Amino acid sequence: MTAPIPDPMLPRPFRIEKVRRDLSDTFTMELVPAEGGEFTFAAGQFNMLYVFGVGEVPISISGDPGDRSVLVHTTRAVGAVTKALDALKAGEVVGVRGPYGTPWPVEAAFGHDLVFVAGGVGLAPLRPAIYQAMANRERFGRVVVFYGARTPEDILFKRELERWRGRFDMSVHVTVDRATGKWSGNVGVVTNLVAKGGFDPSATMAFVCGPEVMMRYSAAALEKRGVARPSIYMSMERNMKCGCGLCGHCQWGPHFVCKDGPVFRYDRIADLLSIREL
Amino acid sequence: MPGVDGPKTTTFALDKAGLDRLIAALRRRGYRVIGPSVADDAVVYGDVASAADLPAGLGDEQAGGRYRLRRRDDGALFGYTVAPQGWKRHLYPPRQKLFAARRSAAGFEMLPPEPPAAPMAFLGVRACEVAAIAIQARVFGDKAYPDPGYGQRLAAAFVVAVECAQAGGTCFCASMGSGPAVSGGFDVKLVELAGSGRHLFLASAGSPAGTDLLAELDAPEAAPGDVAEAERQVAVVAGAMGRTMAAETARTLGEHAEHPRWDEVAKRCLTCGNCTMVCPTCFCTTVEDSTDLKGEHAERWRKWDSCFTVDFSYIHGGSVRTEGRSRYRQWITHKLSSWHAQFGSSGCVGCGRCITWCPVGIDITEEVAAIQASRK
Ligand SMILES: Cc1cc2nc3c(=O)[nH]c(=O)nc-3n(C[C@H](O)[C@H](O)[C@H](O)COP(=O)(O)OP(=O)(O)OC[C@H]3O[C@@H](n4cnc5c(N)ncnc54)[C@H](O)[C@@H]3O)c2cc1C
Ligand code: SF4
Ligand code: SF4
Ligand code: FES
Repeated sequence: MTAPIPDPMLPRPFRIEKVRRDLSDTFTMELVPAEGGEFTFAAGQFNMLYVFGVGEVPISISGDPGDRSVLVHTTRAVGAVTKALDALKAGEVVGVRGPYGTPWPVEAAFGHDLVFVAGGVGLAPLRPAIYQAMANRERFGRVVVFYGARTPEDILFKRELERWRGRFDMSVHVTVDRATGKWSGNVGVVTNLVAKGGFDPSATMAFVCGPEVMMRYSAAALEKRGVARPSIYMSMERNMKCGCGLCGHCQWGPHFVCKDGPVFRYDRIADLLSIREL
Repeated sequence: MPGVDGPKTTTFALDKAGLDRLIAALRRRGYRVIGPSVADDAVVYGDVASAADLPAGLGDEQAGGRYRLRRRDDGALFGYTVAPQGWKRHLYPPRQKLFAARRSAAGFEMLPPEPPAAPMAFLGVRACEVAAIAIQARVFGDKAYPDPGYGQRLAAAFVVAVECAQAGGTCFCASMGSGPAVSGGFDVKLVELAGSGRHLFLASAGSPAGTDLLAELDAPEAAPGDVAEAERQVAVVAGAMGRTMAAETARTLGEHAEHPRWDEVAKRCLTCGNCTMVCPTCFCTTVEDSTDLKGEHAERWRKWDSCFTVDFSYIHGGSVRTEGRSRYRQWITHKLSSWHAQFGSSGCVGCGRCITWCPVGIDITEEVAAIQASRK
């Protein structure tokens, strides 16, 4: 007999070090392994987070892949498990399985302009790639972030966006679907920002994350600007019960979104995206 | 497998008492022997203690939406074709505990796993079922995160295959290349020869463990005439199947996502999921979390699930596959087409269960044929 195979369905306990409220329904947690040690991941990967007795959900990692001492997740509370997660406080424990899935190909984008297109909480799964890009800033041409939120109150990582915008080596454009209060910035969908350009389409890699319709329209807008399909990547979302290719739930055509994705190259999935209820 | 130059595998002739000795020898080796018996007017694969537990003199009638046991007068023990539920029930049980955990001062801690159950010996595995087990072994094993439970149960199992002596009413294994002859994936293979005044089980080994077991049974070598009869018998079965699968169309079903046939089949399909529950290769599961009343002890269970439920594809905001059309398309396209890309073979072994157990008799071969016919 060879050594026993580790059971991929067993969560590892992680202690919550810190919780920060980002938006009324969205929060960021910093986790450390309860038994000590580090956590290594690649930008774009996700974990299955387990709340004791309640259930498990796939959540992307939103922290810096260069920092192995802490695991960061940003979650929007929408249902049973994410609300139970929201109710946990620093010092309490969550179960973690992962990291799973394909990463954003940040290194493959070296030498290109790098464009991030995010919608809503979709900025969270992109943030590790943004950190990684900025840690290797000299390797890229322009670095551009296009971000769309529903209202100004829904803008995630607001202070960080402002800080990034203040840098001379990065451009950040934010838009909202609906202006409220003193908002004097862009109003409209994020694809309008993409249409304005600010990058060299013939030498651009674009990473897109947000609701599926938003990603479809964003990819179309990028393509219209002249970015080739194989240079566009997006992160798909499907129901996931295992995260590692065993439960069948995340299937999308021939793909298991959990292990063949969530990050896909657009030319490989463009046909599937156009099929209703696949 | 006996090679051309290798030593020839001996074929033994067991009588009913010899079969009993085989079961006893398996039990002596610590196996829990699981084989066919009758419960609730159907054949089920469950614990058997001796040959007396097997369904003597019973056959089955299977047709679209129809299953009946019937008497046969030759006393055959393996005279039925396949039970409604295959060996998946034992290798990948419908409910499996994934873990238990206990609340602790620091949050919670995982409780140690339960020790593995006794190894199983499967008695009466058909060719299509051997193929289905091999397919599920790839599904659960051939990946970055294999399922250790399936791998352990299969590695520990002893497989006694029994070749079919007649084609079932809904079978099409011959056109899927998965039967009816059993050609590998077993420890011992049996061929039952019943009627015409004799009742024999020709036994040959497919592994060292099988050779070892047969050597212990004190059985005579089979007569050449009986060995030839066994070969003739399975050749007749291969030619007696009422259905064939249009293989090329099946493999490319994924290219017909917008075919009008999906609307036609959706008018009949009840999205009950029976087909997925009886299919020996369907592997989808969901999980269920629970705690005791005090919230101190939590468990997580894995349960068989079906792509025919609306919840299956639920993501915040709504399910992906709301229409019956999309769910039937998902099932059959996955089974016949995307399976090739995912696991290097079809996901169908032609056992016919999904046809037999569909309450409205939807026939997977007929659905593919309809799409094939429209292609020209
Ligand atoms: C790869 C991946 C990465 C994700 N990353 C993030 C992230 O970083 N931040 C974040 O806030 N959300 C993320 N999500 C979405 C998040 O998983 C869902 O919001 C969450 O599963 C909802 O579960 P619930 O029990 O709170 O909601 P309920 O509505 O009560 O969920 C019911 C069931 O549906 C499933 N489900 C519901 N919505 C989704 C969904 N959108 N995707 C998959 N399964 C779902 C749940 O697992 C649960 O089984 C991600 C999803 C995927 C697939
Ligand atoms: S799809 Fe139908 S015929 Fe094919 S293996 Fe499954 S149950 Fe048997
Ligand atoms: S094909 Fe038949 S068995 Fe399968 S879900 Fe539809 S009605 Fe049920
Ligand atoms: S989430 Fe289970 S197979 Fe992908």
